[in-house]
Amino acid sequence: MLLIRCPVCEMDRPELEFRYGGEAHVARPLDPSSVSDQDWAEYLYFRSNPRGVHAERWRHTSGCGRFFNAIRHTVTDRILATYKAGEPKPDLATLTGETGR
Amino acid sequence: MKFSALTLLRQALSGNTGWPEQWRSPEPKASYDAVIVGAGGHGLATAYYMAKEHGMRNIAVVEKGWLGGGNTGRNTTIIRSNYLWEESQGLYEHALKLWEGLSQELNYNVMYSPRGVMMLAHNTHDVQVFKRHVHANRLQGIDNEWLTPEQAKDFCPLLNISKDIRYPIVGAALQRRGGTARHDAVAWGYARGASAMGVDIIQNCEVTGIDRDPSGAVSGLQTSRGPIRTKRVGVVAAGHTSVVMGMAGVRMPLESYPLQALVSEPVKPAMSCVVMSNTIHAYMSQSDKGEMVIGAGTDAYTSYSQTGGLHISSHTLDAICELFPPVRRLRMLRNWGGIVDVTPDRSPIIGKTPVPGLFVNCGWGTGGFKATPGSGNVFAHTVATGEPHPINAGFTLDRFRTGRLIDEAAAAAVAH
Repeated sequence: MLLIRCPVCEMDRPELEFRYGGEAHVARPLDPSSVSDQDWAEYLYFRSNPRGVHAERWRHTSGCGRFFNAIRHTVTDRILATYKAGEPKPDLATLTGETGR
Repeated sequence: MKFSALTLLRQALSGNTGWPEQWRSPEPKASYDAVIVGAGGHGLATAYYMAKEHGMRNIAVVEKGWLGGGNTGRNTTIIRSNYLWEESQGLYEHALKLWEGLSQELNYNVMYSPRGVMMLAHNTHDVQVFKRHVHANRLQGIDNEWLTPEQAKDFCPLLNISKDIRYPIVGAALQRRGGTARHDAVAWGYARGASAMGVDIIQNCEVTGIDRDPSGAVSGLQTSRGPIRTKRVGVVAAGHTSVVMGMAGVRMPLESYPLQALVSEPVKPAMSCVVMSNTIHAYMSQSDKGEMVIGAGTDAYTSYSQTGGLHISSHTLDAICELFPPVRRLRMLRNWGGIVDVTPDRSPIIGKTPVPGLFVNCGWGTGGFKATPGSGNVFAHTVATGEPHPINAGFTLDRFRTGRLIDEAAAAAVAH
């Protein structure tokens, strides 16, 4: 079970308090009727699914109820950083450098 | 060497010292007519049928680890074809029919055992969904029948049909032709058959790049054991499909999750069928060694860790202990995880890609083992001829653009 730091509550809490929300920073097209079928499919279904660092959404359902983002390594499952929704994605190179990976 | 009672007797008398190796381990050649990436059951079956039915003998299967060491060796070996839509029924029933003759076909005992697969309903929604499946299956000539709780207990006496448990059993759908097979033997049997026809199976050979010519078509592979020239590549890499396809610049509608299973200590024969409960995340059967083989759920998040959280299997055991009270006295021997590639509609992708010469067979999610022979058979046709077989024609990558999805979320027995 993961131990996840909620950036809103500023506490480390067990994974069971959270719901996973899929890949982060997937922006919904502002004008859906103007995008091509392929671009709409990209938005709906296609995901980066990396073997390595992954930016993803979580929601602290049993705590503050807020969505936030996390950077996690998908091989070690180690969470490198969490940050509030709306904040920019942290620089991955510094993150992975800091944790020695 | 052909396996028979006579060869068995002869080897027994000579102290079992004369068994030959079952498949060759050749060095990779500089070029092949086609290369399959991934030596799991699906990849090996693909190579076998390419050699047997399409006469392609100058082909190879490359594998990062060892043969059958991924999800082929990690699944709970359940076989059934009770899916909802015609496309899926065609695909899984094609596989089931191949299972029925597979041991004879391969001259290798895959221990296919049609012992019956029973799916439990716990609420009104389950009853409606499963009855819909029963009717849809019977219209296509696929066996599936509805049982009352009492009939379900007759079929599986271990079952607790008390009305006082948290999720009482209110009925069940039974496919009698469903069952289990020996997962390792499937990989070994296909490897042996393919190798005998000249297919090179190259283990410890990780693909590190996909080469493309100026027109964009596939021209070869870079591997940890040197470059291989080829104009046709079939990617059958399960949980790592996104990674391999990324080498050709192709994004996939896939997410990889850990899926867990566990086995108990071995006990005397106590359960002669497979029982699954989608609603409360549990399924169980008994292996021929006597272990209770239990399937758990997927983790909530994407991962390549091949383990999974302990709370997932613990949650499954809660359900197992209530459905099968005697299991409470068993100790669990070991648990493990595999990485499954899940599509948005829970149906596989088998076919062409935007890159000429590059084909993909992936997205089997939590239920690929049952399809192994059928999947290999139709994908062999796809790679060999360049066009899909009628059975996998609907399972395109393009369906996520056109919207012709094949939604099998209710038939996939693992909730995810």
